[in-house]
Amino acid sequence: MNIFMKWFHRLGSPPWFYNISGKLIPWFAVTTILTLVVGMYGGLILAPADYQQGDSFRIIYVHVPAAWMSLFIYIVMAVAGAISLVWRMKMADVMLISSASVGASFTFIALVTGSLWGKPMWGTYWTWDARLTSELLLLFLYFGIIALYNAVEDRQTASRAVAVLTLVGVVNIPIIHYSVEWWNTLHQGTTVARMDGPAMDSSMLWPLLTMAVCFKLYYIWVLLVKARAELLSREINNGWVRELVGGKANG
Amino acid sequence: MSVWSAFIQLIRRDLVLALRRRSELANPILFFVMVIVLFPLGIGAEPNLLARMAPGIVWVSALLAALLSMDAIFRSDFEDGTLEQLLLSAQPLPVLILAKVSAHWLVTGLPLLIVAPLLAVFLGMSETALGALLISLALGTPVLSLIGTIGVALTVGLRRGGVILSLLVLPLYVPVLIFGASMVDSAATGLSFSGQIYILAAFLALALSLAPVAAASALRISLS
Repeated sequence: MNIFMKWFHRLGSPPWFYNISGKLIPWFAVTTILTLVVGMYGGLILAPADYQQGDSFRIIYVHVPAAWMSLFIYIVMAVAGAISLVWRMKMADVMLISSASVGASFTFIALVTGSLWGKPMWGTYWTWDARLTSELLLLFLYFGIIALYNAVEDRQTASRAVAVLTLVGVVNIPIIHYSVEWWNTLHQGTTVARMDGPAMDSSMLWPLLTMAVCFKLYYIWVLLVKARAELLSREINNGWVRELVGGKANG
Repeated sequence: MSVWSAFIQLIRRDLVLALRRRSELANPILFFVMVIVLFPLGIGAEPNLLARMAPGIVWVSALLAALLSMDAIFRSDFEDGTLEQLLLSAQPLPVLILAKVSAHWLVTGLPLLIVAPLLAVFLGMSETALGALLISLALGTPVLSLIGTIGVALTVGLRRGGVILSLLVLPLYVPVLIFGASMVDSAATGLSFSGQIYILAAFLALALSLAPVAAASALRISLS
């Protein structure tokens, strides 16, 4: 067995994951906060105001990374879903379902910050712009996944059902995205300011990238915390959890 | 038994079962007609307004009717245990599911096509728009059935599957709605709508080839 497969098998072992994630969480917490502080300082104070949008543009330091994360997390979930269906790995199930609510939150944040930005810029909170619409549909997909998981009683069955649904969704996301884009251009034309304007100045760009890294680190941090909790509740009848809990209760 | 004859047998069985329960057959059509009648009552009966909104109204109603009837595709088979026998049979499950979807579409999707001309009259649609509507429904409603089958397969064992089913399936229905409605819209304004035909046909090909496989694995999970 080569090193990669060994690592892969170890990753599938709940006690090993529980152990290692406990050690990793503080690191991710610290780096998240660090990048958050740096990114926010760079974005809110150092970066110059936009010549057209003034200070309103600064919302992109939350909006854009959140929108990136909303798609990124869905892809992570689809990969986890595929792993779960092919190799029946418990950890993949846990990762998949722990990611869902984080992904839904990021999608929600992207929508809310987008509409807050839209009010001064476009003069309306909501417009049926292609990107807004496909982001909204992505949110519905997340809700569907969470609802299905909660509706099925048996955790094992629920995870596998959710894995299938996630994979069905991932086939559909490009289709939905392009249909919505096409639908919008057919009906409205370009009445709405396009996002892909001039290239950004580096003084505005680096805080954005820092925030993107920050959001990724935050995702991993929260994912590990949630996955540990999920793991404990799932493995409650297994020896290692009893040992863990019993050991602490006695000591 | 060959795969093909199993496919035909299953379609025949489902059709016979459906024809024995005629009252249930009418339900999706009645629903479709009544939703469409609600629109003029709700938004006003001005002919120009109705003609402008007709493609969207008909397509949204067709989508809801398809969604409403979806639940029945596995319901009775699940309750009497037939579904488990299908899972255990020697024939490939995706093919059997395709047979069930085909039978289900013949009973619930095809009638929508038959009543569509009547509704086109209600909403003041032109003849070219009606032609486009029939083509778009013929290509689009099978896709709705196929996608819906995946959702039903995931929720078949659940007690309150209906609400969750709509939550799972509606976002996936959006592309069909967009292109179906825009095809009728183009026809109504005198534009060419061949592009939408191709796209809907592509959706149908994609759904025909992938949805039965996804539904099969979902069904195996739900009944495990």
